[in-house]
Amino acid sequence: MDATNAKGNVPMYDAPMRKAAVDVNENKISAKDVQVYYGETHAIKDVSVDILDKTVTAFIGPSGCGKSTFLRCLNRMNDTIDSCRVEGLIALDGEDIYDKRVDPVQLRAKVGMVFQKPNPFPKSIYDNVAYGPRIHGLARNKAELDEIVERALRRGAIWNEVKDRLDSPGTGLSGGQQQRLCIARAVATEPEVLLMDEPCSALDPIATAQVEELIDELRENYSVVIVTHSMQQAARVSQKTAFFHLGNLVEYGETSQIFTNPVDPRTESYITGRIG
Amino acid sequence: MTDATFTGESPKRHGSLTASDARTKRRNASEKRFRIYGLAAIGAGLFFLVVLLSAIISNGIGAFQQTFIQVPVYLDPATLDKNGNRDPADLAKVSTFGYTPLIQTGLYQLVRDAGIETDYEDAGDMKALISASAAAKVRDWTLAHPDRIGDTVEFEILASSRVDGYLKGRVTRESIAEDRNIDAGHLDLTDALRESGALHKSFNAEFIFGSDASESRAEQAGLGVSMLGSFFMMLVVLFLALPIGVAASIYLEEFASQNKFTDFIEVNISNLAAVPSIVFGILGLAAFIQFAHLPQSAPIVGGLVLTLMTLPTIIISTRASLKAVPPSIRDAALGVGASKMQAVFHHVLPLAMPGILTGTIIGLAQALGETAPLLLIGMVGYIATNYPDGLVSGFMSPNSAMPAQIYEWAKRADPAYYERAWGGIIILLVFLLIMNVIAIVLRRKFERRW
Repeated sequence: MDATNAKGNVPMYDAPMRKAAVDVNENKISAKDVQVYYGETHAIKDVSVDILDKTVTAFIGPSGCGKSTFLRCLNRMNDTIDSCRVEGLIALDGEDIYDKRVDPVQLRAKVGMVFQKPNPFPKSIYDNVAYGPRIHGLARNKAELDEIVERALRRGAIWNEVKDRLDSPGTGLSGGQQQRLCIARAVATEPEVLLMDEPCSALDPIATAQVEELIDELRENYSVVIVTHSMQQAARVSQKTAFFHLGNLVEYGETSQIFTNPVDPRTESYITGRIG
Repeated sequence: MTDATFTGESPKRHGSLTASDARTKRRNASEKRFRIYGLAAIGAGLFFLVVLLSAIISNGIGAFQQTFIQVPVYLDPATLDKNGNRDPADLAKVSTFGYTPLIQTGLYQLVRDAGIETDYEDAGDMKALISASAAAKVRDWTLAHPDRIGDTVEFEILASSRVDGYLKGRVTRESIAEDRNIDAGHLDLTDALRESGALHKSFNAEFIFGSDASESRAEQAGLGVSMLGSFFMMLVVLFLALPIGVAASIYLEEFASQNKFTDFIEVNISNLAAVPSIVFGILGLAAFIQFAHLPQSAPIVGGLVLTLMTLPTIIISTRASLKAVPPSIRDAALGVGASKMQAVFHHVLPLAMPGILTGTIIGLAQALGETAPLLLIGMVGYIATNYPDGLVSGFMSPNSAMPAQIYEWAKRADPAYYERAWGGIIILLVFLLIMNVIAIVLRRKFERRW
């Protein structure tokens, strides 16, 4: 098995493309020369990437390559880590999100996040979803809040399963349901970008398939960025793929191109399973 | 090749499974030994616990019973109301000295009526049987019921501590040989009165609810007022240590950045938890009494000192329970756009609450049993205090506290007080037990699993 063979045809990862090509969507987030340091460690080096609106962008790469770190820079979740330092420019709709005048709270209302492990609050399903709208004052009365919760749960593709038990605790749901609840919670604040940090790594294959289907639907309204360890998943759900390695953005392009015809030999080695 | 598999001797590295080899035997023997040590340690602990509890109960249970004498007292108008107008001001002029002869006469009459033979000719000779507190009791009752003057009213009067001790086996005919307060005739009289039914032992609520008494009236002393002193101190501790401790912990755990300064603070809080309590006592004396001029012996000062002592306990346990809240909950809250403070107050703090409450109650229980710092701020000693008549006097007027009262009783000369010290310890332990049960119940009730 030599390189040319692998390059020519990688049937294993030849994903069924849901759309032939990425629409000509405008830039949602653009990052330029981003450097991230954890204390002395240089975790992200010179990353420049443009993330499109109404598109699913996948970040792939071996463990510790910095893809989650970069994802967390996009809604400034790294602010909570004292030793973390971000340089360079990350702009959302042309506005620098690391500008001194930017309040991370407002940013995170626009850029929602779903985490690796389903983390519902130990409260009722209703309160889980209603929490974001409540603190942002999105509803003027109970009826409006009910409406927002229902819409979010429908978008999270979980409404039919929980509509009769909105008062039962969110932690009582199964893993897949919890993760869809977390997605519903994230979309309840009407974000423009949805960041997902390995959202399926704690789920079984059936729940994974449901969440993936949901991600594809979310693309109609949001720009979705997903970090994943599963290359099949990246191929299945994304239109754009970015391959990270040792803190560098090695290659970024159309998903079909990355998986069938990678330019960089490191990308090729990774997707054929020789490094990682 | 194939032959070899059938006939060849395969090297047997392990012996039969049914026979254990030397190494396994050694290993099993050492495990067995360890189990025996463990059981022995637990057994020793239980043994000492049983010894301790049985000692406390057998020594202290007597304090909950007291000897009373039913004495019919003729409330003579000739001494109590010379003017005959039942004017409260005039009645109040008669001091307890006016009542004492009436009670002694009543007892003398009682002995006569019961047909008990005695050598005592005079009513005053029998006063050794009656508590010195009796006159005050009869006087208080009479002032409250002036219309009964002229009647003969039956009072349940405390017997003196010697008579009480005789019934409980503490005082014997041999032990009173040198005692000038009582002689053998009094004990004969006690036996006779007991047979006639006028003298009996019964439950002594005064011990739980009453106030301390002077050195010579052990039978009258109770823990109630010092219990209130402890209560007011605990109020101060709760309302100061809980908010200050929780606020400090939340700041250190959730907001403060990790640097040399916060490290320094952390080390110091841990060290404060280990500082001997008497050090806090002398600090309280210097800061609150000598500098701030707060009243001596007052529960407010005791409460402030105990607050200083309890703070590290509360801070350490609060920080531990904040740490135990999974970081994913903080991420979840921040991820939907909650500010840091909203994340803490809406999600982290409610989840940490059972741990915080448990730590607080354990801290309070510790403070409740603390004696040493109270020595230095003057809350130990005979403090002749009645019930405080309000919040202000509760905090500001001199009082004692339960453990200090127990210490005070234990050092008094009359053996009757020794019994009361043990009885006080029973009450204190009951309080601590209740607090610990509350802590456990709260933890069980609010504990969340995920």
